Amino acid sequence: MTSPTPLLAIRSLRAAYGKIEALKGVDVEINAGEIVALIGANGAGKSTLMMTIFGKPRARAGQILYEGRDITDVPTHEIAHLRIAQSPEGRRIFPRMSVAENLQMGADATECTDAEREATLQRVFTLFPRLKERYAQRGGTLSGGEQQMLAIGRALMSRPRLLLLDEPSLGLAPLIARQIFDAIRTLNRQDGLTVLIVEQNANHALKLAHRGYVMVNGLITLAGTGAELLQRPEIRAAYLEGGRHG
Amino acid sequence: MDYFAQQLINGLVLGSIYGLIAIGYTMVYGIVGMINFAHGDVFMIGGFIALITFLILISLGLTAIPLILLVVLLVSMAITALYGWTIERIAYRPLRHSFRLAPMLSAIGMSFVLTNYSQVAQGARVKPIPPVITGGYTLHESADGFVIQLSNIQIIVVITTIVLLAIFTWLVSRTRLGRDMRACEQDQTMAALLGVDVDRTISMTFVIGAALAAVAGLMYLLYYGLVDFFMGFVAGIKAFTAAVLGGIGSLPGAMLGGLAIGLIETFWSAYFSVEYKDVAAFSILIVVLIFMPTGLLGRPEVEKV
Repeated sequence: MTSPTPLLAIRSLRAAYGKIEALKGVDVEINAGEIVALIGANGAGKSTLMMTIFGKPRARAGQILYEGRDITDVPTHEIAHLRIAQSPEGRRIFPRMSVAENLQMGADATECTDAEREATLQRVFTLFPRLKERYAQRGGTLSGGEQQMLAIGRALMSRPRLLLLDEPSLGLAPLIARQIFDAIRTLNRQDGLTVLIVEQNANHALKLAHRGYVMVNGLITLAGTGAELLQRPEIRAAYLEGGRHG
Repeated sequence: MDYFAQQLINGLVLGSIYGLIAIGYTMVYGIVGMINFAHGDVFMIGGFIALITFLILISLGLTAIPLILLVVLLVSMAITALYGWTIERIAYRPLRHSFRLAPMLSAIGMSFVLTNYSQVAQGARVKPIPPVITGGYTLHESADGFVIQLSNIQIIVVITTIVLLAIFTWLVSRTRLGRDMRACEQDQTMAALLGVDVDRTISMTFVIGAALAAVAGLMYLLYYGLVDFFMGFVAGIKAFTAAVLGGIGSLPGAMLGGLAIGLIETFWSAYFSVEYKDVAAFSILIVVLIFMPTGLLGRPEVEKV
């Protein structure tokens, strides 16, 4: 192997909620500059993988390497300082804080100068102009699409090298979902941001991604480029053509 | 009318003290969802530390009262804050992921520990101090000879409370720590994902709550001229009531509830009977909660997210 160290390498990762094992030995690699999609049915363990990277829950076995450094046991709040950001399942914006404060919470996650903060804020406004209009409004009063934009914007405010996006299109109107996918593509192409995206909307995700992984019952069953995976008959059957979403 | 005005002043002073204690209850409830039943005793500890510091400074030969009071204020805030931090660390944090009632039971136990510890260490008798701040102003004297008095200590209590509330409000709404506290209150997991050290933030909440209770303890000492090991119980229950009345979890609500309880108690004592003042305060609590279950400024538990 001559390829450089991946930005994030997950090796034989196991995690569980109580006695229920959600990850049963997962291997995933994400290279700098890539968009990697993780697809799979509900309950396959996709969100658990995202959260385990942040140590919630803690991995029971295996390793998480970030820029070659083992971060498996780093406390959750220190992961953000390493410039890994997450827009989690369910968005989890702070409903009783203004949009401005939600974004500031993201900016607080890493050290930055006022000028850098301002530049990042302007970048977020360019991607999601709605956030500028809603700047003083409380997070809880935003629509679902706006909340999703805020969740991504908040993650971006920490100026991450690696962005984890959990179901960014869930529950959104197709037009809004497209806006969000466009923003992710722009961030990747223009800013060189590395993205791991979890999606049930496999078609969108695989078209967007350079590479993809398919997860079933806590295990990676398939891996390949986005285009390859889109051609696989079993993917088409399971996730694209009237496959059960549930 | 003059009598009414005098009682209004008295009630606001008492309410300020309750309000300062109530903030500690409501802050802790907001961030960790438990009632810190030991908080009233933290207030009592604050009173004792103020008394001890005061006596030490006097015995050292200091005579400048403003200087003494400033030192007493800072020392009692600091040491009481340390108590608050320690209580959270040893009695609550190990139980945080236990079942919901566990930390509450631990809090009740901690309340007994603090009460008995103070009784053993300081004795069971009431500890009086000579009046430190004397004098005042006669605001109005009516024809029948009734005077409205505003004493200096009352002025000090109210002004100190206002200043502290201003600082505290600024801290919660404008600073990084305050934002982190509110983030933890709304979603601890998300706060952690954003780099907030949740344990440290919760510790700071206890520290700030205890420091405010220490100020209330000092005010109580100066206003009533005494402390005793049992004073945290009743004052704690009243302040807790104030927090619930104002809407538990709401910071302005805690202060408003404190003022309400102070006023109710004072007016009831003035116009009806001193013996039944607590009955009056708690009866009004019950009536308010029947019609406004979330308190005066509380928000409903269910929220669209």
